[in-house]
Amino acid sequence: MGHSSDFDPAEAARLALEHSHQEGALLPILHALQGRFGWIAPEAVAWVAERLNLSRAEVHGVVSFYHDFRDHPAGRQVIKVCQAEACQARGARHVTAQLEERLGVKLGQTAPDRSLTLEPVYCLGLCGNGPAALVDGRPYADLSGRGLARCLKGVGR
Amino acid sequence: MTSDDIIKVVIDSKLRGRGGAGFPAGRKWSFVPKDSPKPRYVCVNADESEPGTFKDRYIMERDPHQLIEGTAIACKSINAHAAYIYVRGELGLAAVRVQQALDECYAAGILGKNVMGSGYALDIYLHRGAGAYICGEETALLESLEGKKGQPRLKPPFPAVEGLFACPTVINNVETLAAVGPIIQNGAAWWTGLSRTEAEGGTKLIGVSGHVARPGVYELPGGLTLREIIFEVAGGMRNPDRKLKAVVPGGTSCPILLPHELDTAYDFDAIKKVGSMMGTGCPAVIEEGTCIVRLLKRIERFYAHESCGQCTPCREGGDWLFKIISRIEAGQGSMADIDKIESVASKIEGHTICAFGEALSWPARSYLKKFREEFVEHVKQKRCPYGPIPVAPVALSGVVA
Ligand SMILES: Cc1cc2nc3c(=O)[nH]c(=O)nc-3n(C[C@H](O)[C@H](O)[C@H](O)COP(=O)(O)O)c2cc1C
Ligand code: FES
Repeated sequence: MGHSSDFDPAEAARLALEHSHQEGALLPILHALQGRFGWIAPEAVAWVAERLNLSRAEVHGVVSFYHDFRDHPAGRQVIKVCQAEACQARGARHVTAQLEERLGVKLGQTAPDRSLTLEPVYCLGLCGNGPAALVDGRPYADLSGRGLARCLKGVGR
Repeated sequence: MTSDDIIKVVIDSKLRGRGGAGFPAGRKWSFVPKDSPKPRYVCVNADESEPGTFKDRYIMERDPHQLIEGTAIACKSINAHAAYIYVRGELGLAAVRVQQALDECYAAGILGKNVMGSGYALDIYLHRGAGAYICGEETALLESLEGKKGQPRLKPPFPAVEGLFACPTVINNVETLAAVGPIIQNGAAWWTGLSRTEAEGGTKLIGVSGHVARPGVYELPGGLTLREIIFEVAGGMRNPDRKLKAVVPGGTSCPILLPHELDTAYDFDAIKKVGSMMGTGCPAVIEEGTCIVRLLKRIERFYAHESCGQCTPCREGGDWLFKIISRIEAGQGSMADIDKIESVASKIEGHTICAFGEALSWPARSYLKKFREEFVEHVKQKRCPYGPIPVAPVALSGVVA
């Protein structure tokens, strides 16, 4: 993802500019900030609230409502592995165990060196060729077959 | 074509919404008040996130232009000059492809201030979701587009009258809109003629998943039976030694079907006769050897996690269901727990602002009704009769549920 996790108001202002004319700008701005900094820090919440004339509680409410917005930093790479039905029918549980072993983190955890986070996700719309996962947003399918090696390569292992 | 002409063709085509509820698309468009002085909007529901549903992603990745064409026609039919495509956060590739297609349309003068020289202005914006299943519910989607928490609104007012930014709004599913271009081009009769049954027109994308030989997305004439879809189109069971045990007909919220219930036409009305729904049109096939209690536990874990938290029966009840079912699955449940599933689920259904309450309670009630003995066996044997939670199942034969 190539983000640093320290909030920088000047950088934030540059990112937000593109959305400032738009109605309903909160989500696009949060997406942009998270894309750049990797998470939505408390300073970022305050900064956005001020800028959009919202209360901090409103911004915090939105950040905590949407699962994609993080209120603490994740690993530099984020791997989301599908735990939903169609992937279960094609070996998701075994694949998850393999990923946990190869990556050295448990599902739902971030590696101590913050190199990566492994998370569950429920259906990626790849049900026809699961088990499926996303590595920093890039989809990988067929993880009980050849896809696993490709996915691990995507993670740099 | 005038707005009314467009709406008439779409009504005549009997095109029904592909987002789950099957509402006739042309009629929905006709509800937008003609005399409203406010701007109007079209919102494309591309939040596809019901587990096991994977048809909209396919359209957006493979043919985004067809979606844009249908969206533009829908805009014209209600005199809207702006549309939003709300793409689920996880569908990154779909979002990239739709944005590329939008950019191409702007460059070619198909979108923008003067659409193809007609003097009609139309902007289509792509908007990314942020990982909340509930934003697929149409009024939650509107809240989210406005930059708020995705919590569904009470209806009425209906979006056709008061939708996005309190203006008249039409919300349609990706697949619904993708069908509109060809319908306008070839006429309503062409579309209805593609279907095998009279009641509903056209073709449907069917996404078959689970324990079948050839899972995938198929475009099929309306009115095929689930048996035909599973055994003829998708090649039957993946492991021929295992019989079909059940089918989840259209996303995890739909009541489950047994093998003898697969001979009705797989369309919105016929499937209701066997007590279920076509939903999103994506059936998941389940083979013998799969633990129904475990399946239900996973489904309820998902719904409990995704409740938006507004309505107490859904927020609390979902979690209770998950805990009770987990207890039973682990062999620590009692007979009273089994009855509690029904009692809790029946108190959620019909008592919430949006249909999420039904999505949560229908699987619980139907799995219990059709597979009660499996729940009882868990309690009697004080363990899962299918063995402990598998740690390293054999990927190829795939007994993993
Ligand atoms: C909990 C819940 C989730 C929903 N998720 C979706 C979805 O992901 N995609 C979708 O098109 N419709 C979804 N719907 C249905 C929408 O509310 C709405 O009926 C649909 O988008 C209308 O489009 P259509 O008439 O073209 O089907 C959902 C409904 C509920 C209650
Ligand atoms: S169930 Fe895993 S991608 Fe749909």
